[in-house]
Amino acid sequence: MGKLSKRVAIVGAGMSQFGRLYPLKRNPDLWVDAWIDAVKSVDNGIEPKDVDACYVGNYSSDLFNHQGHLGPQMANLVGLTPKPASRFEGACASSGIALRQAIIAVASGIHDVIAVAGVECMNELPTSLVTDALATASDALFEYPAGATFPGLYATVATAHFHKYGTTSEDLMRIGIKNHENGVENPFAQMQRSIAQMMQRKLKKLEEQGKELPDWKDEFDYLKSASNPMIAYPLRLFDCSLVTDGAACVFIAAEEVAKNYTDTPIWIAGTGQGSAALSIHDRDDLTGFIATREAARQAYEMSGYGPKDIQIAELHDCFTIAELVALEDLGFYEKGKAAQAVKEGETKRDGARPINTSGGLKSKGHPVGATGAAQAVEIFKQMRGRAERNRQVKFEVERALTHNLGGSGATCVVTIYEK
Amino acid sequence: MTETEKEFTIQNYLEFIQNKKLMGSKCKDCGKMYVPVRKLCIACNSLNMEWVPLSGKGELAAFTSITVGTPYFIELGYDRNRPYCFSVIKLEEGPMVSAQLVGVDASKPDTIKIGMPLKVKFLENELKGETKTDLGFEPA
Repeated sequence: MGKLSKRVAIVGAGMSQFGRLYPLKRNPDLWVDAWIDAVKSVDNGIEPKDVDACYVGNYSSDLFNHQGHLGPQMANLVGLTPKPASRFEGACASSGIALRQAIIAVASGIHDVIAVAGVECMNELPTSLVTDALATASDALFEYPAGATFPGLYATVATAHFHKYGTTSEDLMRIGIKNHENGVENPFAQMQRSIAQMMQRKLKKLEEQGKELPDWKDEFDYLKSASNPMIAYPLRLFDCSLVTDGAACVFIAAEEVAKNYTDTPIWIAGTGQGSAALSIHDRDDLTGFIATREAARQAYEMSGYGPKDIQIAELHDCFTIAELVALEDLGFYEKGKAAQAVKEGETKRDGARPINTSGGLKSKGHPVGATGAAQAVEIFKQMRGRAERNRQVKFEVERALTHNLGGSGATCVVTIYEK
Repeated sequence: MTETEKEFTIQNYLEFIQNKKLMGSKCKDCGKMYVPVRKLCIACNSLNMEWVPLSGKGELAAFTSITVGTPYFIELGYDRNRPYCFSVIKLEEGPMVSAQLVGVDASKPDTIKIGMPLKVKFLENELKGETKTDLGFEPA
């Protein structure tokens, strides 16, 4: 138990543009764009005949697009009919689960190559209904009637963390500032602008309108102003990830065939998945996520690595507090110590352990069901030294990790990668 | 059927709340308490449950003040200028529940303190001409 029967690698990974793209792009368009980008990334080429199955991660095309049954639809669009095609759902961890199941299926020997898809087209609904659709990932019976929104549940976790560890809103703001600085360097990101740039734009706009200019000394002043409205105390607009349309594609291959596709595959060192009570009131600890701790425990055990061995990671920053909590749940820092490390710049692109070089969900965007696969795309690029623009980390990455969290933390998938 | 012979279902739990009673289930084998009600004890795998009334006393475990609310709360009249407080309450019997926290100034979340003692307050909400009782809490 707890081991893969054979080695499994990623031999290609790519993504569509992330953004507010509907109606110019819908699920089928996004997925084909991601597939084309992933095919391009396979050094020796890959064709539909090489792929044995299509595993699709998608949270809620039913609510967002009035479309279920995405597996065969996505498979057909890239020439995989009549091969097996299935959809996996675990809220925002949907394509993390699809990736994990593909790894397990390839390790079992039943398939040699699987195309993992992550797709979500959210902007077909107005924002108020998007929020309501996301709320179905939390407890509809007892949390929702009490007024819980999706940001509200993470905000509740934030107040518990603030109370126990003295965390502050500024600690969360630093995470958003960092992730936006990374997103500037990602051509696929939805918001390729830093918070400082957005502040300058706002000031310029006010000046043009002849309005009185606010006395903002830095980004923190801007983020504490009415320009960054409160959504659910203590989380403001810029603590929340984006509403995004996008897709990602990852090719998983068995060790016998991996070298046919590339001389530099990225190997799966460990995979883990955990769960928790759907309602946060049914959990013992409100300051962290047991599903993350369990997924991480399994992935570390399988890989033989520990938190100290991980050089870069893509963490599920659906809200800034989620990245802070993940840094602790994954064992990168002791409970209550992550905020100080973030303050000291350890998680920046030039820090000791860069986190979310892609820009994260905050800046790259969060097409919920596509996020897990998109995290693997960034790791694949970073580990092969091919991240675009100026975001390639300055050292050789031997070991990396992705953390994909579902809903208000009831599902988590952790994957560890090595060269 | 007497109240305490009712099946351990969500509907029966919610009906108790409609009648302004906070009830949970207690495992007669290991003593673990459940609110909302459960039929199967996940601590010891027993089905030997009984209904128990809760005191309705507890303390604030965590909360948020929500400015962009759910459609239901928007219909109840909450918005950016009138936020509401979603909270998790640790009951004195042990379990935690989710509920709206009233009797606090949700527009001044700094004044709301985790750990503050609370007591149950059943909220009669009017929606589309019908009165519905929701579980709520207020400062004790």
